[in-house]
Amino acid sequence: MSDAPLLEVRDLTKIFPVRHAGKRKELRALDGVSLDLHRGETLGLVGESGCGKSTLARSLLMLETPDSGSVRFDGVDPTTTKGADLLAFRRRVQMVFQDPFASLNARMSAGDIVSEPWRTHTGLHKTSRDRAARMSELLDLVGLRSSDAGKYPQEFSGGQRQRLGIARALALEPDVIVCDEPVSALDLSVQAQVLNLLNDLQQQLGVAYLFISHDLSVVRHVADRVVVMYLGRIIEQGETESTFERPQHPYTGALLSAAPSLDHERRREQIILSGEIPSPLDPPSGCRFRTRCWKATDVCATALPPLAVDPVDGGHTAECFHPLGSQEQELASSQAG
Amino acid sequence: MTTSTDETVALDVDGMSVDIRTPYGVVRAVDKVTFQARRGETLALLGESGCGKSMTATAVVGLLEPVADVTEGAVRITGESGTTDLRTASARRRRDIAGKELAIVFQDALTALNPVYTVGTQLAEPFRIHRGLSKKAARAEAIELMRRVGIPEPETRVDSYPHQFSGGMRQRLLIAIGVALSPAVLLADEPTTALDVTVQAQIMSLLKDLREERDMAVVLITHDLALVFEQADRVVVMYAGNVVEQGPVEDVFGAPKHPYTAGLLESVPVHAERGAELKSIGGSPPELAAIPAGCVYQDRCPIVRDRCREERPAAREVAPGHLSACHFPAEVNS
Repeated sequence: MSDAPLLEVRDLTKIFPVRHAGKRKELRALDGVSLDLHRGETLGLVGESGCGKSTLARSLLMLETPDSGSVRFDGVDPTTTKGADLLAFRRRVQMVFQDPFASLNARMSAGDIVSEPWRTHTGLHKTSRDRAARMSELLDLVGLRSSDAGKYPQEFSGGQRQRLGIARALALEPDVIVCDEPVSALDLSVQAQVLNLLNDLQQQLGVAYLFISHDLSVVRHVADRVVVMYLGRIIEQGETESTFERPQHPYTGALLSAAPSLDHERRREQIILSGEIPSPLDPPSGCRFRTRCWKATDVCATALPPLAVDPVDGGHTAECFHPLGSQEQELASSQAG
Repeated sequence: MTTSTDETVALDVDGMSVDIRTPYGVVRAVDKVTFQARRGETLALLGESGCGKSMTATAVVGLLEPVADVTEGAVRITGESGTTDLRTASARRRRDIAGKELAIVFQDALTALNPVYTVGTQLAEPFRIHRGLSKKAARAEAIELMRRVGIPEPETRVDSYPHQFSGGMRQRLLIAIGVALSPAVLLADEPTTALDVTVQAQIMSLLKDLREERDMAVVLITHDLALVFEQADRVVVMYAGNVVEQGPVEDVFGAPKHPYTAGLLESVPVHAERGAELKSIGGSPPELAAIPAGCVYQDRCPIVRDRCREERPAAREVAPGHLSACHFPAEVNS
């Protein structure tokens, strides 16, 4: 890992204008999000539906233009680039989608799907012989056979389709792959195969992953660092181990406690939150989590919470007035011995 | 295991098979499935997509599509009105039992609820039909039920339509309808799969409380091993339409005696092996139309022998209450 981050996000804010009950309102999908992604690392992105995970991913892919704040990729802000420079940026950041059934065109053969990106990025693999050779290599790399090139997506199983989606993302030799719930549509036994493949590819190619998932045991397995989002804000981030062992934000604690896991003790005390995630159209003042937080006090409603820093991992921070004590941390992670 | 003598058995599925008629011939989706669920316990039906777990549940409640039929076996429900074999019972008797002794909670609450009726009307229905309550009295029961399942301000929300509720609240409504008449058996088909984890925890906790309060047998149909581990008392593992293993969760998860269960457990990422290669099961489940003779798991099994290709292993007890359909259960190491 080199020192300068590959991807640098600072104070990113994205607002969608919506009409709600006849009134114009602002939906703050992202509200001052900052994070770094280094070369060759896996950053886990965790949060419940509506927390802004997908908007963040789309902003990094330049599919959304931020309203304020900046994204820097290798020191350059892609929103200021045009034409060939923008195309070059797009080549370097690719995506693997959640649904391997919806994300592959049923009328294109596997070979066409994998080589399609080269029709846009014409600088790569110029001759058809080069392309055919590279396409075979890619299929081989993701564990498919080059003889599969003539098959259509519906002839593959779910796991094989996801391999195909990964091969397509790799066709442009990206530096970053945004994986949006890449294994959540797959059966458990197949999920393990795809996670292993992603891990092998990272070792071989040094690609960085932004790994979005709601499955905390998967994130814990693959991620070097983890970012937890709630209602458009990053409420906690840090090294994976530090964050899972010593969650500081009550929301992270509740999330860890609520997630079923074979790591937990079987009959355990659980932190069960009351209520559901509030509407992003009308987020609570001060700390956004205070309406569901069992530790909330008056101060949480009036001001934005300060950053609490983990005593061991200085990069592990949480936005909270009342970070969890060691007893609560133990309850949250409640590991079986 | 004793069955008929055990008074607490609420659901007794005995050698039930389901066949589906397809343009390519008849395929067997569920093959001689046998298990019991007792009052007050949570029994999990665990398996991956296509293993027949949902088909089993749908067959039990009698909601199979017209192309599918229960072709053999029995499904017995024991409730306040005695024991009924649902396969031989009259339509009138079945209707009587539906909701009162046997209820189901579906995964997708938005399609399971009728969008053009208020939730109050839908919640009042069981009381109107089975107890013959007046509109007013049934509405009062509906409000009470909404309060019980944790829906805030039930007096005003009772007149709302399903789309006006969040996913978690809709799932609560479905559960409310399911438990309205305190059935002996509540089937829950992936009740939390579409929900976020913090909401899933709320719903599972609600189901557990209701199970204890009403002494129901809850049959939880899921693909989530961790959920089974934390919520269920006993587990039935299905593969390619067959029950391959069943028993108390501690036994089955602690010392699996079928290679499929062992393979599944090894595929789960656990904390201790962060970043390490995950074990996975090679290959994929057989097509229903081409299930091999002999053991259903033979093509993916690490300890397969000649015998497995010829003879379908019967479920045998490997420990008290712990059954495995494997010829060589002693060779399965977790």
